[in-house]
Amino acid sequence: MRVSLFITCYNDALFPETGKAVVNVLERLGHDFEFRAEQTCCGQMHWNTGYLREAVPIIRHFVRVYQDVEAVVIPSSSCVSMMRDHYIKAAEIDGDAKLVADIEALLPRIYEFSEFLVRKLGVEDVGASYPHKVTYHASCHSMRSLHLGDIPIRLLKQVRGLDLQPIQNMQECCGFGGTFSIKNADVSSAMLADKVRNVLNTGAEVCTAVDNSCLMHLYGSLHRQRTFVRTAHLAEILASGYVEQQGARA
Amino acid sequence: MSQVQEAHWNRRDFPEAAREMLQNSQTRKNVQHATNIIQAKRNKVVAEMPDWEDLREAGAQIRAHTLRHLDHYLTQFEENCTRAGGHVHWASDAEEARRIILELVEQQQAREVIKIKTMTSEEIGLNAHLEAHGIQPIETDLAELIIQMGKDRPSHFVVPALHVNRAQVRELFQQEMHLPEIGDRPEDLATAARTYLREKYLRIKVAVSGGNFLIADTGGMCIVESEGNGRMCLTLPDVLISVVGIEKVIPSYRDLEVFLQTLPRSATGERMNPYNSTWCGVHPGDGPKEFHIVLLDNGRSPILADKEARQTLQCIRCAACLNVCPVYHQTGGHAYESVYAGPIGAILTPQLQSMQEGRSLPYASSLCGACYEVCPVKINIPEVLIHLRGKVVRQDQATFSGKLSLWNIGMQAAAFLFADAGRLAMAEHMGQIGQKPLVSKNGFIEWMPLMLSGWTQTRDLKAMPAQSFRDWWAKERMYPSNGKRPHAG
Repeated sequence: MRVSLFITCYNDALFPETGKAVVNVLERLGHDFEFRAEQTCCGQMHWNTGYLREAVPIIRHFVRVYQDVEAVVIPSSSCVSMMRDHYIKAAEIDGDAKLVADIEALLPRIYEFSEFLVRKLGVEDVGASYPHKVTYHASCHSMRSLHLGDIPIRLLKQVRGLDLQPIQNMQECCGFGGTFSIKNADVSSAMLADKVRNVLNTGAEVCTAVDNSCLMHLYGSLHRQRTFVRTAHLAEILASGYVEQQGARA
Repeated sequence: MSQVQEAHWNRRDFPEAAREMLQNSQTRKNVQHATNIIQAKRNKVVAEMPDWEDLREAGAQIRAHTLRHLDHYLTQFEENCTRAGGHVHWASDAEEARRIILELVEQQQAREVIKIKTMTSEEIGLNAHLEAHGIQPIETDLAELIIQMGKDRPSHFVVPALHVNRAQVRELFQQEMHLPEIGDRPEDLATAARTYLREKYLRIKVAVSGGNFLIADTGGMCIVESEGNGRMCLTLPDVLISVVGIEKVIPSYRDLEVFLQTLPRSATGERMNPYNSTWCGVHPGDGPKEFHIVLLDNGRSPILADKEARQTLQCIRCAACLNVCPVYHQTGGHAYESVYAGPIGAILTPQLQSMQEGRSLPYASSLCGACYEVCPVKINIPEVLIHLRGKVVRQDQATFSGKLSLWNIGMQAAAFLFADAGRLAMAEHMGQIGQKPLVSKNGFIEWMPLMLSGWTQTRDLKAMPAQSFRDWWAKERMYPSNGKRPHAG
């Protein structure tokens, strides 16, 4: 299958390693990969902050870039939820019937990364090895919008050497919420403090998730507090351990 | 529109009010403790319902259908209620509702009224209005009594004194009821309240209530409660005055089947409320001799007219969204500066104020979606929050200062960049260079200016790496090794 990667704007600029890891995992599974350089952003920041009109051109741009793909894989559940929950509505507000139709045609081909592996490809064991104590933070959108359920956990359980530690109140938000973390910085920080305490209580060395946005938020505090807990996107864990065996890129 | 409502709330912006609440560690502890208990009970009794999702769907459809035909069901309710001997009054705003109720109380020459917990009364500022006219309202719901005696404000519309703990209640009761030493066990506090209230039930002739449901096909009403104080107020006085929002009507008595399953489970984690009162008009020798109902609009009609936000009025006030909300857990209800706190308050309050007040409330959410997941009538609160944020932004953009605000300029600039990948790539390169003065030796940004300082007050930010993904791809994959584009093929 020819898979197209939508890296997302913040992963592109801040977390390129996640994108490399997605490429690594999927190519190892034997899929052709492409990256369309015209891509920018899904429009979530504008939409969720109330800049609805401003989000529409960004959405239109996304649809134009990916209209003809076989599958788009996105290592960010919140961007996927933006598309599934809000794209049609945005196009309707704009009164663009053609855009509505294009979105309806494109949506079934859009996948979050872990969802693509398990639901589309039927793969749980990607042959990774990661000998570390890890805890998993279930991001809000992965749970309540994409309904990923235990998909990321199933993937983690197949990773060699990985010691998965359950976290308390896994279902509670880390407090990021995009511009919420700035507009309501105090409340966001209080929510983060609870989440960080739960992460630290697991004794894990690494906290993982399917969204780097939550992880950026968590690590912001873990680093400020000078803890030794790191964060890593699920894709980076799944890309670990077999790079050596594989030698050079496929 | 000049609605004088909720006059005793300050109406500070949420971030400011929340900051104050966050500093009160006792309140935060009380709120987290109480919401955790209710939430656990709710989850348990919901999990045992195999048809929970069907009940949610049925509840949502009944409420949505009613709102689409609200005029029809309200008139039907009025006809049937009047036929059963009730008196129906229509109040377009808070002031009119207060005037109607005051007149009714004065007709009875009553100097005191007993009250069942009613948030609509709080919404219209009834107690202060009655007091200003020499009439003493007496709250009979235990939590409302605590609020009234403590000159406090409700922080939760099912459990109004959720932010107060037992020791604090004990202290308050001793002082206000002039009691000698009492214990702080629940039974000690309940006994003190019962002794204090019994005398009032038997003496006072006028009661004021809210209402959970107005039933159109019978003209009846329904109130569910836990303490029995409601049953006393609904049956003992000569005159009963109920003030109820117009959205509270349901088409038929049969519809209670759905809501009497979902409401108690969502609200207090009980399978059934201890007291479920339904009544219809007046009956000689049984209950009040006079029954008045004040149907309150007070900003509800304009919400009906907004297709996107109409679902707000589906609410049956169970407060499950408050109990599950991670923002509410931190701040408690007072930070919302409104009768209606939590996620539902964040969408209802600004709309009741025609988006003139409470404009920071739609932003008081991380959009985590937990509220939508538990809502027994499926109000998509995150969707309405975003819709209202859109209104706030449009209002701001219509003003000169709003147009020139940092937020607007930043968002317009970002939209410009996201419209074209070339611009975005250039901005990334500029960011990689421009961030340098902010990056500490450890490779992290520990301070940022202006509104971004909110981030760095408690968090570091990893600096942008020198190479973006798109640059890596271009270098490694599109033009491998020599940096030249592979020949087209």
